[in-house]
Amino acid sequence: MVDEATKKSLTCIPVLKTKAGPRDKDLWVQRLKEEYQALIQYVQNNKGADNDWFRLESNKEGTRWFGKCWYIHNLLKYEFDIEFDIPVTYPATAPEIALPELDGKTAKMYRGGKICLTDHFKPLWARNVPKFGIAHAMALGLGPWLAVEIPDMIEKGVISYKEKTEG
Amino acid sequence: MESTKKLELKQLLLEKQKQEPAHPVREKILQMSSEVVDSNPYSRLMALKRMGIVDNYEKIRDFTVAVVGIGGVGSVTAEMLTRCGIGKLLLFDYDKVELANMNRLFFQPHQAGLSKVEAAANTLTFINPDVTVETYNYNITTVDNFQDFINGISSHGSLSGGPVDLVLSCVDNFEARMAINSACNELNLCWFESGVSENAVSGHIQFIMPGETACFACAPPLVVASNIDEKTLKKDGVCAASLPTTMGIVAGFLVQNTLKYLLGFGQVSYYLGYNALTDFFPTMHLRPNPACDDSFCQQRQDEVKARPPKEQESGRDTSFDDKEVTHEDNEWGICLVDETDPSELEVDKNLGQGLVAGVKAAYSIPSSAAPEVDTNQVDTSGVSLDDLMAQMKAM
Ligand SMILES: [Zn+2]
Repeated sequence: MVDEATKKSLTCIPVLKTKAGPRDKDLWVQRLKEEYQALIQYVQNNKGADNDWFRLESNKEGTRWFGKCWYIHNLLKYEFDIEFDIPVTYPATAPEIALPELDGKTAKMYRGGKICLTDHFKPLWARNVPKFGIAHAMALGLGPWLAVEIPDMIEKGVISYKEKTEG
Repeated sequence: MESTKKLELKQLLLEKQKQEPAHPVREKILQMSSEVVDSNPYSRLMALKRMGIVDNYEKIRDFTVAVVGIGGVGSVTAEMLTRCGIGKLLLFDYDKVELANMNRLFFQPHQAGLSKVEAAANTLTFINPDVTVETYNYNITTVDNFQDFINGISSHGSLSGGPVDLVLSCVDNFEARMAINSACNELNLCWFESGVSENAVSGHIQFIMPGETACFACAPPLVVASNIDEKTLKKDGVCAASLPTTMGIVAGFLVQNTLKYLLGFGQVSYYLGYNALTDFFPTMHLRPNPACDDSFCQQRQDEVKARPPKEQESGRDTSFDDKEVTHEDNEWGICLVDETDPSELEVDKNLGQGLVAGVKAAYSIPSSAAPEVDTNQVDTSGVSLDDLMAQMKAM
């Protein structure tokens, strides 16, 4: 199942209430507010636990999301762009989070750099519609993926450290 | 948005033909003929009429079919329909041909880098220029593309000017299947869902008539049990495996049932599974879930209930009855339909969904009747979206 650390961070993210997708006009605006609120809380939790690891923002319709995530390995910070669209069937189906620059560098990815999730993700998501939102997808999907795949890719030499100008 | 790149291709082909007269190009044929001559590509299909299998084979030219996902199953599906002389095909995919696809049928190495829909339209038009092919090079699950997808398969999509006659889902992911499901529930269109498991050794097709059969959202996704102990299944380091065999078999099932549905012969399978390891083919019929999450599914169910009983379950023809079709003078006593061992077909009562043995739900979902108290819930009262967006950006 899900590891303890993931479980803990998951339970500290507030759950959402509104079952609405991007085709649902006003209800979607309500859902979007809930998404942002859960994300803000999650980032605050991460900062508080000294484990700040991503930023996200969206277009004004909330249908397209982008941002950055980073992973510290041997005191070096590896940073990657994140992007994904909210599918029309959201929240019944989870967003497919992608790290486009890693496309083709690992087998644990689908086309376009979409991360390959564990067998646990989809059932857990399905059981928690509409309570799980983007913050939960990050905690349950991308977080554990980075923890497994990034050290592996560094070890294999398929990604290397790049000096960043901004901290 | 790139769409409806109609047949400038034909023009290109004609020019190519002038330049390279050595390569024979098949010309358009105005009317399907049953004349048996070397030069008639339809003679063996029209023979189905003479043999009494199909009443009106040439009617196939009136039909329009949308194929969503032009991968290992979809490309072969489109080729089969093209060779059968289908009237019009709408092809949807956003992917490009890659050398990593060459373990599958249809695409060739020289097509690497082309969009799948463009490469497919090219080959299909070359095989049979009588088929009208329209390409849509985008991901149907995003908001804007989904609207275009809905428009494409409904109002003006078909040769008759109305909605397409059938939608075939050949996609490889849950999101796209759910998107097709909502579109077809909304538009009240019949469709076939198809799939091959990520371990490449099982697959299925499922016929969905909104309101009459279970839709894709009525229950968790179904999987054909491969009898492999999950613990021994190594998924480390790979997402999915694929075999041209399994994909070809599923495409064959899909097109066979498409032909039966469109031309009204034989029996259409509601669900047909395939376990490659034991060559087991479970079939079943799934009723819709009255508590389905898709509101259009519920609406279609109400419409079906309101119809006079005779019309229910009618479909295009009457061949949907669960009657047993046996050949009249079958001197070998072979039952043509039900070759499945009856003991294997016994419905598993524990599943409670009328699932046949050998097929299971990918996961279970607890009934929403059990209320859970969430102590940690969002509270958005009194905050605006703009404020929240700004707050997030400032973090
Ligand atoms: Zn349904």
